[in-house]
Amino acid sequence: MTDAPLHRPSTGRTITGQANPGAVVGAGQPGTGIARDPRRLPPGAGGRLGGNPVGPYLQVAPMALTFALFLVLPILAIVVVSFWDYDSVRVIPDFLGTNYSELLFSSVTWRIYLNTVKFAVLTWALTLGIGFTVAYFVAFQVRSATSQMVLFLVCTVPFWTSNVIRMISWIPFLGRNGLLNSVLLKLGVVHQPLEFLLFSDFAVVLALVHINTVFMVVPIFNSMARIDRALIEAARDAGANSFQILLNVVIPLCRSGIAIGSIFVVTLVMGDFITVRLMSGGQSASVGLMMANQISLLQYPAAAANAVVLLVIVLIMVTAMLRIVDIRKDL
Amino acid sequence: MARVYDVELVAVTKRYGATVAVDNIALRIVKGSYCCLLGPSGCGKTTTLRMIAGHEAISDGDILIAGKNVSLLPPARRGTAMMFQNYALFPHLDCIDNVAFSLKMRGVAKAERRAQALEFLKLTHMDGYAARLPSQLSGGQQQRVALARALVTRPQVLLLDEPLSALDPFLRGRMREELKRLQTTLGITFIHVTHSQEEAMALADLAVVMDGGRIQQASAPRELFDRPRTPFIARFMGGHNVLPADLARSTPAGDDKAMIAVRTDRCRLAPADDVAVGGLPGQVVAIEYQGTRVQVTVRSPAGLEAMALLSDDHFYRDPLNPGDGARIAWSPDDVHPLASV
Repeated sequence: MTDAPLHRPSTGRTITGQANPGAVVGAGQPGTGIARDPRRLPPGAGGRLGGNPVGPYLQVAPMALTFALFLVLPILAIVVVSFWDYDSVRVIPDFLGTNYSELLFSSVTWRIYLNTVKFAVLTWALTLGIGFTVAYFVAFQVRSATSQMVLFLVCTVPFWTSNVIRMISWIPFLGRNGLLNSVLLKLGVVHQPLEFLLFSDFAVVLALVHINTVFMVVPIFNSMARIDRALIEAARDAGANSFQILLNVVIPLCRSGIAIGSIFVVTLVMGDFITVRLMSGGQSASVGLMMANQISLLQYPAAAANAVVLLVIVLIMVTAMLRIVDIRKDL
Repeated sequence: MARVYDVELVAVTKRYGATVAVDNIALRIVKGSYCCLLGPSGCGKTTTLRMIAGHEAISDGDILIAGKNVSLLPPARRGTAMMFQNYALFPHLDCIDNVAFSLKMRGVAKAERRAQALEFLKLTHMDGYAARLPSQLSGGQQQRVALARALVTRPQVLLLDEPLSALDPFLRGRMREELKRLQTTLGITFIHVTHSQEEAMALADLAVVMDGGRIQQASAPRELFDRPRTPFIARFMGGHNVLPADLARSTPAGDDKAMIAVRTDRCRLAPADDVAVGGLPGQVVAIEYQGTRVQVTVRSPAGLEAMALLSDDHFYRDPLNPGDGARIAWSPDDVHPLASV
């Protein structure tokens, strides 16, 4: 952007700079030329990192090593193991496609993957709806910064205890003789306890939404907090009603927050196994649960193949989301 | 009878809790005129503008636009459009969609609203940048887009909140001319909030000086400068020496609070010992060279200060130095009595 200096308030300098750009550039060149050209430096003199061709690589090395050690290596290990053979007691190094063919040509697998995607989509839609509403309320309806902060902290209160405890605490509430059913029976709303409340897909989605909504609230709130309030006034000045403002100003400016929250929720739900196991009472399955079962049966290569397929699917989903929304410009 | 006023404020008051931001002001702005609300920060000028726009509720009183009471109407139904201080362009929309925004809200079809928007971008010479995002524009260009966006609603009254304060001095001068040109061509009323008296004098048909939530004086800039009503206005407008009335021989002594104003460019320097010419004797404390003019400040032993703005050749014919004795003198015709506050 060539005219960027115009933004600067120190206008006197800008004008001089524009009127006589040659002088400014000329004055800058000799200095930078010496600093950037290692051949002109006497050997051993200053700029060890800047002048040395290895320098930049040394600078990225810590990050690269961390990534290699904790991300690339484990994934490679999983990929390698996914081609191994196994029997009921051991794994045998080999190069076989059977783990994949068994996985991909079984209708059970497909049903479980579809079920997992169903959980992910339902949870995503519900967390998005609830998370957006909560973020909108805190960001736009709450006036004082202190109350905003307090309400924001309230959102994180469930995180003070573990996931498992939070899920189990639903059981006395939703169970056959639980709090909700007792109240409904007493009030005469129902005549028999509702069975679908616990150990069902309903219970699974409820718990997933409960656990994951905050991951939607935080990034969306963050985007909303950065929206200049003058924009809302400008929209109102142009005749937009509240719904039009939401649709034409707030949502477009929250796109990156929505995308980041969606990535969090979808990846978390796609890999979940404990919620599905606890809340469905073993009546529903997810890919994570399938892998956990395979691992407990010592079928590591089968679990590894499953993991690779899941990773590919999640990566495709995330890529699709990033295609729709460019989050880089808001980071 | 044809309507005379575009905007009328009747006993308008704005309170925030116990503080009164705008205190019972009355103002009438003639149709198709350029009005500047002028004053130091915190004087209530922006609050007044926002009340006219409908972005701030009125605590008391009424606002009439084109003869219609709009006090309770939403901003878009008042026939006003506002240009915000930092332009408030929608960062996710390109220029043409920014300008077309209000038309979209009204349900105008896409092709039609884009055509209209382009017309207004042409008016502000920004049609070449229609597809750019606001972040790809300079401050001055963003301002032109904001101006087009405000004008596209075809308002009767355009409200400008410190429109020139974010620009560098060079652009500010150019935009000032352009605003005046637009106002004249379109023939609508502009209400322009500024803290710069120079801007107000260059632009306004009606300059309204505010202080402490009240209107101190509302008149044509020339009258404001030539006949400031109070010491505050004389000081705020600049170019005046505000002095106790006793110093001017024309005023009889007695009222020790009475003040006078004398334009600095009507003052001259006289020898300190020339008691007969009157004025303010003292020592030269500052000499400021301003190109065509030289401003000389003299401080009396009692601590009063007065300035004389002299042409440069006049001053350098017989130059003074700081510390020299001198006297600021004026002719009785140039003394302007001020109302006590």
